[in-house]
Amino acid sequence: MTIHLKFDQKPAARPNRKGIAAVLSMVVLGSTLLFSNSGFAFEGLGRIATGDEVKAWDIDVRPDFVGLPKGSGSVQKGMDVWEAQCASCHGVFGESNEVFTPIVGGTTAEDIKRGRVQSLKDGSSPQRTTLMKVPTVSTLWDYINRAMPWTAPKSLSTEEVYAVTAYILNMGGIVGDDFVLSDTNIAQVQGKMPNRNGMQSNHGMWLASGKPDVKEKRCMSNCKPDAKVISYLPDYARDAHGNLIDQNRLVGPVRGVVTVAAKAGESASAPKVSMSSGESLFNANGCVACHGVDNKKLGPSVVAVANKYADRKDAKAYLAGKIKTGSSGVWGDMPMPAQAHLSDEDTNALSDWFLSKKK
Amino acid sequence: MSFQIPSDTTLGRIQRAPENFVSRSDIAFVNRASETDRRSFFKKAFAAAAVGAVAASPAMAAAAKGDPAILNLPAHTKGLGQPVAAMPYGMPSQYEKNLQRRESPGLTRVGAASVSFCPLQGLFGVITPSGLHFERHHQGWWDIDPTQHRLMINGLVKREMVFTIDELMRMESVSRVHFIECGANSGMEWANVAVPTVQYTHGMLSCSEFTGVPLIKVLDYCGVDLKKGRYILAEGADGSSMTRTIPMEMVESGEVLLTYGQNGEMLRPENGYPLRLIVPGVQGVSSVKYLRRIEVGDKPYAAKDEAVHYVDLMPDGTHRQYTSIQECKSVITTPSGGQKLLTPGFYNITGLAWSGRGKITAVDVSTDGGKNWKSATVQGPVHDKSLTRFNLPWVWDGKGEVLLQSRAVDSTGYVQPSYRTLREKRDDKSIYHNNAIQSWRVDATGEVHNVHVG
Repeated sequence: MTIHLKFDQKPAARPNRKGIAAVLSMVVLGSTLLFSNSGFAFEGLGRIATGDEVKAWDIDVRPDFVGLPKGSGSVQKGMDVWEAQCASCHGVFGESNEVFTPIVGGTTAEDIKRGRVQSLKDGSSPQRTTLMKVPTVSTLWDYINRAMPWTAPKSLSTEEVYAVTAYILNMGGIVGDDFVLSDTNIAQVQGKMPNRNGMQSNHGMWLASGKPDVKEKRCMSNCKPDAKVISYLPDYARDAHGNLIDQNRLVGPVRGVVTVAAKAGESASAPKVSMSSGESLFNANGCVACHGVDNKKLGPSVVAVANKYADRKDAKAYLAGKIKTGSSGVWGDMPMPAQAHLSDEDTNALSDWFLSKKK
Repeated sequence: MSFQIPSDTTLGRIQRAPENFVSRSDIAFVNRASETDRRSFFKKAFAAAAVGAVAASPAMAAAAKGDPAILNLPAHTKGLGQPVAAMPYGMPSQYEKNLQRRESPGLTRVGAASVSFCPLQGLFGVITPSGLHFERHHQGWWDIDPTQHRLMINGLVKREMVFTIDELMRMESVSRVHFIECGANSGMEWANVAVPTVQYTHGMLSCSEFTGVPLIKVLDYCGVDLKKGRYILAEGADGSSMTRTIPMEMVESGEVLLTYGQNGEMLRPENGYPLRLIVPGVQGVSSVKYLRRIEVGDKPYAAKDEAVHYVDLMPDGTHRQYTSIQECKSVITTPSGGQKLLTPGFYNITGLAWSGRGKITAVDVSTDGGKNWKSATVQGPVHDKSLTRFNLPWVWDGKGEVLLQSRAVDSTGYVQPSYRTLREKRDDKSIYHNNAIQSWRVDATGEVHNVHVG
């Protein structure tokens, strides 16, 4: 959202083609200056956006809070939203490193006073969390509003966005437990952001004309003493990226190095293909964020689910339903969010694939 | 069917012929191999014999009549091939399956917010085949119906307008060759060697001929206020509706394109179909995919990807914000990490150079870890803010250790820095914008290793 020109020209309602053409040709005739850079106008192309259309898409919020809708949300409410919709990926306290880098942690009361996060300098935090880095509270509000939750972005109400933002700030010790964040007090909260003074723009990498920060000499001969290798890949990591012979062409000046020994009777470069549609859906829909095939992550493993339900008569329909509507309390405290965007065909395919993994 | 390398032999060394004059393990290997493998083994022995005098006599004895690949006419020479349009959209040869986009294990935990790396080790020239263009998605990719896609221009313009893809494609278009490099390319390598091959060290990099309309023309058409409106916000239509601030200077230069074409066809869905922004020379995150809106404003926006991510941590604990330009950089793609040279003798050292500030003017190559350098041939035509191919003939003597490096120079005179130079200024925690000189160590067996050189 931005400030508009005072001479902003908006039609009262969605104009018809003829109307736009008339407006545009008037503009073309009346103001050659307007098109001086292009030399021509795209006459007849495009149309004026309606007020409702701009409102529907113009959702950004700037650091000076231009674009922020009026409203409020409490830490208490934020905790409810968080536990239902956010904790499954980000952890109950925003600390989880399972799916994404942590949101909360690494900041201190002293940082809040100073507006600079000390652990960024001394490296005392194992992870650089969101609250350690983000200088502007508007960034949190804007991003939660436009992109969260992960599988259903833009589904939160304005109150819920305020509330979740408030809860994150609360977990970071920036606001108290009974705080209610609103459009009227958000500017004061900005003054408590732990890294609000932590950004600099005195660098030459914003524009192509900027001045580089380093200057290497183009020496051509006898430039330095004999080079020493100071870092290399340890042997145990040799196969960490798979068999490199399978990642290089079969002809040419080089081959890939064999980093994984072939099993007897198996071609070293047999391509790994074939995925059942259930498995493809599992990988493509972010299920892997919380479920491993054999291992427990935030949620139960695929095998564990199959073992538990495979003997039920209605196992397929039951699981398909659970995937679609979400579930809680069966495998622990962490709720599984609804996957309402999946078609019945997809949830059935997923259900079949889950059940095929019974061990 | 590929030639299988037995674990106890060394590829690239002269092989003895498989029959009559072979070790016990060689015999066991050949007996295990299929008929096809036997032929290719034989062919290899013949080829080795032709170039290497050492093993000439036994190999020649075995291949006395000549190369079976010549003497035994293959099926494709003696039969009928496939008809036209057997594959209405052609695909690469089945023998090219090894060159694929790949993820780096452990780098990310969710496929919909991840990266797949481009197989630079096997590509030629400067254009990346569209199906191998690296991917970076923030919230998954979509295949969007182009008839339902809209572009909105709003903010500091006289007329806030909406365009369809039909209308954008009616406008006068330009086609330009540009690279896209992720700001985090080579980010895993800042502090130490972390990954084995050029696909993973440099593969968040691709280059295409993009077709579209200069954004400034459309903004002019909407009556943009260039005096007040010194920034634009570009916004995607996908779930993340990703946003980035772009300074108006870049737009005014005419370089920023509303892009629908890539390498002669429409953009691929993974690359933003049906519309994306291309901001040449700037880290890929600014070339917003599935572009739905451009807002003209008077201040930067501090979006998530310019306030939490894509900020460069400096030694004093501050972050550089709005770092954008991809500075001059190069890498040797052959020979490169995880590859093995076949035999001693002639090779073409080849690689890619690029700069977000202009054109590549020179590339130097060192085989001794940066002590001495030779100028490589820079292959034209050289495009602005584009990948540029360089070549240098080289003879590998098969002895001792070689440390290969390349160093690019761009049209501003900037010389690609060493790790030492970069770290002196920025330390090694910044994640982003690592454009240091890459080193590859060739050992005495011909295997190439990723190393850092001090």
